[in-house]
Amino acid sequence: MSDKNKVTAAGTFLAGIWKENPVLALMLGMCPTLAVTGDASSALTMGLSATFVLFCSNIVISLMRNMLKPHLRILMFTLTISTFVTIVDLLLKAYLPDMSAKLGPYIPLIIVNCLIICRAEACASKNGIFISIVDALGMGLGFTLTLFVLAAIREILSYGTLFGKMVMPDGFITLFAFALPVGAFVTLGLMLGVVNIINTKLAK
Amino acid sequence: MENKKQNVIALFISESWLLIVASLVFGLLLAGVNYALKPKIEANANSKQTEALKELLLDAQTFEKIVDNASVENIASPVTVFKGVKNGMSAGWVFTATGPGYADKIDLLIAVDSGFEKIVGYKVLFSNETVGFGDKIKNPYYKDQFAGAPVEKLELLKMGDETVIDNNIIAISGATISSNAVVEIFNTHLLNIKTQLKEKGLLQ
Repeated sequence: MSDKNKVTAAGTFLAGIWKENPVLALMLGMCPTLAVTGDASSALTMGLSATFVLFCSNIVISLMRNMLKPHLRILMFTLTISTFVTIVDLLLKAYLPDMSAKLGPYIPLIIVNCLIICRAEACASKNGIFISIVDALGMGLGFTLTLFVLAAIREILSYGTLFGKMVMPDGFITLFAFALPVGAFVTLGLMLGVVNIINTKLAK
Repeated sequence: MENKKQNVIALFISESWLLIVASLVFGLLLAGVNYALKPKIEANANSKQTEALKELLLDAQTFEKIVDNASVENIASPVTVFKGVKNGMSAGWVFTATGPGYADKIDLLIAVDSGFEKIVGYKVLFSNETVGFGDKIKNPYYKDQFAGAPVEKLELLKMGDETVIDNNIIAISGATISSNAVVEIFNTHLLNIKTQLKEKGLLQ
């Protein structure tokens, strides 16, 4: 592999985590970001499930990119994504039944997560398999980390716990509003604000 | 004319062959995954059900499915009735019950004593009530009011003494709709199932 390719791969991977973070920069996948970040374990499961789907669909779409008819490409993307989402759904039902019940319809809803279809369109259908895999891992990791941080803040503030274990000292005043949808919007807004401040300072 | 027809078929195949092949491959893949995981998913569902039954009727050693697919007026979901058995004697009855909640349906398992005279308790199998409000139907404060209550029409009161066990149930503050939903599920099912069991000669 050439040095140029190495730089591109590293850049693609890191872009997904910060510069083009799906949630904080591209504002994609807002439905699970707001809906399943009430606790850290749900957010982590959702993030890893979306990463698995992104990884598999990027590989398949990259492999078939030269055979895709332009007017049928969205149909092909949806078909591919829905196959892997159904597999994730079945895997969770088999091996993490309680989590599957907790996440309910949000796992099947990964099919319409615009992050995955966006990466299929913007990256996998235009690049080779290596770059598509790196892009899926970078974007998936960026998505998972963001969901985890958002969920960790909300869980700590609303219950004083992380992964269900008490992490705050006795007498910690919990703010239950952070467990409600309003808490998701407020936390996400504050996180976006912090990211913007950091990016502005970095640009200077 | 014949040529034109052949051209249309050739065009159809040349445009959509990838879609047809992908559908077949993905279909086979999903069938394979489903075949491999189905026993595990069914075993999970059965163990969850057995666990819930044991939790409700602590005395029972085994459970027999007595009635499958019983129908209750105005309720679409069929009802399954289980008989708890201890040393060959009836230890009580448990049946599934469904009704509309605040945000989604509520699925309950309701347990009654062997004579179908008193309620033993209930367990929420599925609900999507508001976190911090409606989901308190799972909490002892509300649930304990049903344990020991008579099998007759239950009334929901907004104020009262929740420690008095009778057919008056005191609503959860801020969640009257969810409280009422549970009471309504009891009212639509209790006497109906009792009558059906009597008609079948299973109850004196």
